[in-house]
Amino acid sequence: MEVTLKNLTKRFPSRDKKNHDDVIAVNNFDFEIPDGKLIGLLGPSGCGKSTVLNLISGLLKPTDGRIFFGEDDVTDLPPENRGIGLVFQNYALYPHLTVKQNILFPLENLKGKDKLTKDQMLEKASEAAKLVQIDELMDRKPRELSGGQQQRVAIARALVKMPKVLLLDEPLSNLDARLRIQTREEIRRIQRETEVTTIFVTHDQEEAMSISDMIVVMKDGIVQQIGKPQDVYDSPTNLFVAKFLGTPPINVFDGQVRDNRLYIGDDTVLKISGVPDKTVFVGIRPEGFILSKEGAFGCRLNGVEVMGRDISVVSTNEASLNPTVRSIIGAENKLSAQTDHASEGSVVRFNLIPRKVFLFDKETEERIDFEEC
Amino acid sequence: MGSKTDYAKIEKSIKTRETVVRVITYILLAVWAVIVLFPFYWMILTSVKSYGAYNSEFIPKFYTLSPTLQNYADAFTTVSLGKYILNTVVFTLLTTLIMLFVITLAAFAFARLEFRGKNVAFIIFLSMMMIPNELVIITNFMTITNLNMRNSFAGLILPSVTSVFYLYLLKENFEQIPDSLYYAAKVDGTSDLKYLLKVMIPISKPTLITITILKVIECWNSYVWPRLITDDANYFLVSNGIQEIRENGFGRENIPAMMAAVVVISIPLIVLFLIFRKKIMEGVSRGGTKG
Amino acid sequence: MMKKLFNGSLKGWLYLLPAVLFLGAFMVYPLIDVFVYSFEEGYNSASQTYFGVGSYNYSYVLHDPYFLQAVKNTFILVVITVPLSTMIALLISVGLNSIKPLREFLQTVYFLPYVTNTLAVGMVFMILFKKTAYSDGLINLMITWFGGESVDFIEGPYWAKMFVLCFYTIWVVMPFKILILTSALSSVNPEYYRAAQVDGTSKFRTFMRITLPMISPMFFYLVITGFIGAFKAYSDVVALFGTNLNGAEMNTIVGYVYDMLYGDSGGYPSYASAAAIILFAIVLTITCINLLISNKNVHY
Repeated sequence: MEVTLKNLTKRFPSRDKKNHDDVIAVNNFDFEIPDGKLIGLLGPSGCGKSTVLNLISGLLKPTDGRIFFGEDDVTDLPPENRGIGLVFQNYALYPHLTVKQNILFPLENLKGKDKLTKDQMLEKASEAAKLVQIDELMDRKPRELSGGQQQRVAIARALVKMPKVLLLDEPLSNLDARLRIQTREEIRRIQRETEVTTIFVTHDQEEAMSISDMIVVMKDGIVQQIGKPQDVYDSPTNLFVAKFLGTPPINVFDGQVRDNRLYIGDDTVLKISGVPDKTVFVGIRPEGFILSKEGAFGCRLNGVEVMGRDISVVSTNEASLNPTVRSIIGAENKLSAQTDHASEGSVVRFNLIPRKVFLFDKETEERIDFEEC
Repeated sequence: MGSKTDYAKIEKSIKTRETVVRVITYILLAVWAVIVLFPFYWMILTSVKSYGAYNSEFIPKFYTLSPTLQNYADAFTTVSLGKYILNTVVFTLLTTLIMLFVITLAAFAFARLEFRGKNVAFIIFLSMMMIPNELVIITNFMTITNLNMRNSFAGLILPSVTSVFYLYLLKENFEQIPDSLYYAAKVDGTSDLKYLLKVMIPISKPTLITITILKVIECWNSYVWPRLITDDANYFLVSNGIQEIRENGFGRENIPAMMAAVVVISIPLIVLFLIFRKKIMEGVSRGGTKG
Repeated sequence: MMKKLFNGSLKGWLYLLPAVLFLGAFMVYPLIDVFVYSFEEGYNSASQTYFGVGSYNYSYVLHDPYFLQAVKNTFILVVITVPLSTMIALLISVGLNSIKPLREFLQTVYFLPYVTNTLAVGMVFMILFKKTAYSDGLINLMITWFGGESVDFIEGPYWAKMFVLCFYTIWVVMPFKILILTSALSSVNPEYYRAAQVDGTSKFRTFMRITLPMISPMFFYLVITGFIGAFKAYSDVVALFGTNLNGAEMNTIVGYVYDMLYGDSGGYPSYASAAAIILFAIVLTITCINLLISNKNVHY
């Protein structure tokens, strides 16, 4: 089932006594979610991503705009008639019911022609339990389960009535780091097996990047960019998206374009064309640096952190907007002469990989395309 | 999935059902509000009707066109309502103060000090919460009678001081104060008593206020113990006073004056309640019981 | 040595001393003593002597028609008011929880009876229900509006008196129950309701399968304290019918205890003790039964 959002807008009345303007949680949302894909709604907290999820689920009514499931306009439909499954951030498992009773709960609500016999219900429940691999735990109470197991029960409960769309609200935020990686792969697997269109909300870019077919980056209720994770990472539309994606985060500098040359401070770091002379923000991904004794870009060395396969060179530069400049250097590029014996405060020089360098307009913060020469 | 009109229908039927439920809810709530408020209205109304007017109404009227304050004057002059109120104020203040003193020291000992037998003592204290007043009141009555303390404030106050529940509340509150504060004070050479007075009591002020208010309400309304221990009207509290007024006061029929007395003794607590509404309701829901 | 001892155990006990004295004198000693009294036969409070030790006091009390009347009254009161008040309180709390406007106002109003003097307001109930030579009273007026027969609720037939007593008792205990139930209801995580809504659970089923089990600990707490409180009914009875409760056939067990102790029929602390202990045997039994039932039904 594809989900289409048309001009979706949600305003909340202001609670601030001085400022009576409505809070716009979601502003003119417009996009189409293809059938059977896993979509990550990504943004910092308070950006309206959970509101979008609640609008799709029907727990909230939009101020404006329509929502379609396939051909059907479901905007005015209450949640129970939309055929969705929803997994809450805290799972919302009923604490007084066993795992089995929790999973059966949605089935017992079915009425009329959809009504199932007891055996059919049990069969469906055990199918769902097998899918998420908790069929051993059916008679436990939620409080006897680990966080990861509770998460699976919540997913089983959402899937058991064969929803057209599965919605997950911050599904991994209550798990510890190790479980998080395990569970996100689990979600990926379950989604592949069931082929249910799945939308999940997260503030963790790594999480979204690693399992989504498509990510939607949001800020202040406005969609910034939609696309495949790698595409968004490789060509962010603006400075916000560039900064939001990637660990360690992108390095941002004040820079200047003059006579087809890009300057950071006094260094000419790249020769480019297609950009008029002006001051710009320069974003450089950490992996965009190559150590070179004759490198075009000089920074003052702070220290070197060895991270197993790679090393991370931490340095400072006056034009940098971040306190330090972080670059990830592959082992093969490790010029020991330059780093191993270099003392703190000495100058390290880099060459830049042009496709890892982005220019942004100082006013609009939109990306400026350039060609390398 | 059906056609679009179906959805409109579903939505409409849900809306009507919600409206109906809402109306029924408000009616139910309003009925109970009237049941609660009506006696208060009736007592105020009756208290401002004149004696003659009240007794001539074979069919009671829901309003009066000639309100009078004469009944209030009667309530204070014909019977010693002023005396009862004064007694109750003295009783309430002394009982509450002594209780605060006793439980603060004890709560401090349990929460802060280490001494031999502390855990056993605390368990014994806790189990006393389950001792019903009705069991111990018999011996207390005999004790006070034998000590010749009937018809005295000492006899009224002493057995009313103990309150294990408030001690428990305060101890819980004291324990939430971080240990580091205590050690910091120790390093500065602060004595235990000074620490209690200067640090713990100010920090626990909200709980102390809640306890004080609840105890004041309890004292103001206490009836059973004062009834057993006083038969001299000079030591009656308001509850006994009102019972006395009912049985021997204005003559049985002066109901407006009786209602004036009822209004006068009800007002202090209602005012207190309206001021400290949040604190009282919170305190009661944490474990107060009545009924 | 002295100083060390003082800083150790002695100091702690010194802080506890006032509490220990008060509790010892007015709680622990009386608790033991009441059992002693209840077995001392023929105790004379003037000379403080007794004939012997035995269970005669219990047998006297259990054969006293006034006591049996008091037990009957108390049981009727308990059986009617506890379930009724708990149910009405639940209904009102659910209603209160489902609305937004006026909610705080209504909560305040509903709590008012808690802070009023039981004796004083009882008097208002008395004049509302009483039939005198001058007037039938407001309630009787209303009864006649609907074509009923007026009746004296205060000094009239037994069932009428019992009705007022139950009505007033419910009025008095409601604030506490509404308060506890509304706070229990509002502490249920709203996510459970949203989860149920997404699954298309009907309002009724949500209430039965989610709300009730979630508030069941508080609900049983109310039932248990409700039973205990109702068994100890006394001041509201005095408020309505005066202090001569035996005469009015409206005495309760606690009232019987106090009458035995003090007043026109008083001076028998042994009978009072025996009656008080019988009362607490009853209360303890009922509470244990309640706890057994609640352990089976409270789910977490």
